Amino acid sequence: MIEPLVIPVDSYLHSSLPEIWFAVVMFALAMYIVLDGFDFGIGMLYATRDDDHERETLLAAFGPIWDANEVWLIAFGTMTLAAFPDVYSRLLADNYLIALGFVLALLFRGVGPELREQRADDQWQRACDYSFVGGSVLAPFLFGVLAGSWVFSVGALSLPAILTGVGLVAVSAVTGAAFLAAKTGPALAGEMRDLGVLATLAYLGGVVVLLAVVIATDAGGAAGTILSIPGVAIVGLSVVAGVGGIVLARRDRYRAWLASALALPVLLSLLVALLLYPTIYPATGLTVSDAVVSPLALNLTTILGFPVLVVVLWYFKFLYGVFSGPIESEGYGA
Amino acid sequence: MYGETLAGAIGTGIASDWLVLFLPVEFASRVQFGWTISVHILFAALSIGLAPFIIYFTWKDIKTEEERYARLRSFWLKVFAVGFVMGTVTGIPMSFQFGTNFPQFSAVAGELIGGPLAFEAKMAFFLEAVFLGVLLFGREKVSDRTYFLSSVLTGFGAWLSGFWILVVNAWMQTPQGYEMITRNGMEVAKLTDPIAAFFTPRMSWMYVHMINAAVISVALLVAGVAAYIVWKKRDARAWQTALKIAVLILIVAAPLQAVHGDAYGRHVEDTQPQKFAAMEGHYETGPADLHLFAIPTDPDAIMNPSEENLFAISLPRVGSFLASGGDFDAVVKGLDEYEQNPPVPLVFWSFRLMVGLGFLFIGLAFWGGYLIYRDRLADSSRYLKAMIAASPLGYAALLTGWYVTEIGRQPWVIQDVLKTGEAVSPTLTSAEATASLAAFIVIFGGLLLAALYTLRWLVEAELRDLGVEESSGDRWYGPVPELPGVTSDD
Repeated sequence: MIEPLVIPVDSYLHSSLPEIWFAVVMFALAMYIVLDGFDFGIGMLYATRDDDHERETLLAAFGPIWDANEVWLIAFGTMTLAAFPDVYSRLLADNYLIALGFVLALLFRGVGPELREQRADDQWQRACDYSFVGGSVLAPFLFGVLAGSWVFSVGALSLPAILTGVGLVAVSAVTGAAFLAAKTGPALAGEMRDLGVLATLAYLGGVVVLLAVVIATDAGGAAGTILSIPGVAIVGLSVVAGVGGIVLARRDRYRAWLASALALPVLLSLLVALLLYPTIYPATGLTVSDAVVSPLALNLTTILGFPVLVVVLWYFKFLYGVFSGPIESEGYGA
Repeated sequence: MYGETLAGAIGTGIASDWLVLFLPVEFASRVQFGWTISVHILFAALSIGLAPFIIYFTWKDIKTEEERYARLRSFWLKVFAVGFVMGTVTGIPMSFQFGTNFPQFSAVAGELIGGPLAFEAKMAFFLEAVFLGVLLFGREKVSDRTYFLSSVLTGFGAWLSGFWILVVNAWMQTPQGYEMITRNGMEVAKLTDPIAAFFTPRMSWMYVHMINAAVISVALLVAGVAAYIVWKKRDARAWQTALKIAVLILIVAAPLQAVHGDAYGRHVEDTQPQKFAAMEGHYETGPADLHLFAIPTDPDAIMNPSEENLFAISLPRVGSFLASGGDFDAVVKGLDEYEQNPPVPLVFWSFRLMVGLGFLFIGLAFWGGYLIYRDRLADSSRYLKAMIAASPLGYAALLTGWYVTEIGRQPWVIQDVLKTGEAVSPTLTSAEATASLAAFIVIFGGLLLAALYTLRWLVEAELRDLGVEESSGDRWYGPVPELPGVTSDD
């Protein structure tokens, strides 16, 4: 035993530490949806570009950041395993094909651009493009289905889960378009704006349909939560951020648009957290306090993990600082 | 993959007409995980083994501004980048399979393995991913110092991720620092002593052996690529340098692995006697001989490596002597002591292949050392050809070593705590497991081929850049990869 280190063995460092970890896990989920979301968006918008120069520009935007963004998925997964192992095992085992389909879609999304540049052969590059675009659409869809199945506990092959998947695809397109509009030259930005406005409308429409379905069927008993004050507030703020984003985009204020667009996936993650809590695996009624690991394990993960999480956020500030310039086809400018 | 298990597993399945199409869940899950990690580990080892090369080339490039180091840095950085992407995209499915296929493992061991895995993600993966982004795309954007620091941090991240994942694996071999409790109606392991659980008896053995194995594998790969390019173009100075550095690394690393491996083997004998008996083909409890060398004399030996089927050079009773520390008549536990055993032939032959290759590497290293001493390294066409042929063999040794470790631990997934069969998802159906297995075989196989082709294209581009004319009669790509599972060359 390690007496010299003051890690309590039988009690949590703070009585709400399990709830804090629920929040941390949700934070990692939000970071993943936000950051890899615009990577997915870039992949989808890539399909709308025929011009080689524009395609190279999109790939240059994607190149230095996507892998680091994707690590938030690993952070989300491993922190869930560390703090709530039963949730990790149930969530993945109960959605077997969706979960593995998702990671394989991520695989295609990731290797497509990497392999594309290895060979100047039209057919090869086209195959890599399919891999990139296909993975970028399928991955957020399947991740959304997985999240929907988790939150509404009505199975993966249900309308709420599928609509959540569609919603995640749409919101990724929104943030991807806003990111590209803010970071590329005026010619591309104009087209990204128009596509981004369409995607925003699709997202808001999708959310309305999803909420209507959930309230009508009371899937997973979620209707009451959505109609509660925080639920209505989150939905209302999403509409404000979406409509506000459209207005800002129309006025060509792309940086502001990007900020409001990024609010959408953040609000979506908040909604997920709100719908889950106080349970963390609604299908079996498992609550945060049922699922959490013992005090020593959680205290240790807290003491060793929290400082690192702060350092990680600093890394991201550094990375996005290095690549803060406008994007050209050759890469990020100074 | 598990020849013996296949027969046993298929015998105890569901209705036999389904078995034509669908494999038993446990079998499919094990093969899927084994295949996933076999591919993943090649890329993980590439990052770990290439890290010191990248750091060295970057440092020399900045310090000396010589063209050869810039060339080597840029070439191997491209390889590193492809390897890192492949490592990420193959690693995520691996960690997902802890949940999708082996959820009871995650639930039982979550407290013990979750922390280290989370630390791996937060401390190592982010570090690697962020600073690799800078390394690949930021040469003109950051100062020389920051750039060099990025290479160090990327390499450090690779070695640190190896540390945390081996904390998990070593705990599965020699678990301690926990007690079994009941949570949500299930027997699970509760962390009681983090120091004991992180620094298990196996941990330091495994870390040294694995990191060194990765360094050896990559040194052989670097040497093979360099030998090929030098063979094509004798005066390629950069690649003469690369070959020399790789050989110098091998001269240190290959003998170290043998000496360390020998001691490691005795530690396994102490802590996992069942695995050791499978490694040695020691079927019956009693005095043990030590097999120095074994070749099959009968085709049956492949599936049944017992003494009557082998031509073995053995030291009688030395096995007993070593195990007991001085008694030639000491009784060594044999496989007959256990109810259920690992597939012995796989473990026995993997172990022998690994050891044999290890000795081959020592020979190649010393031969190269002699040529360096005589200043003829780039002139010996025979040596260049040998190194080209040896380029995938480090990986073969690394994989067979892992097969000894992981298959040798069967039937346990956590030694003496949880059996692999108990860890498999109870809700998984044969159809789902078989479908995903098929997808993984095809996709990961394709990925491996893509990686091999990428390496080939990079080498071809390098040769073009060096001004080597491509003539159809002169095309030769080194040993053509046949089994995607074990090769990574040219």
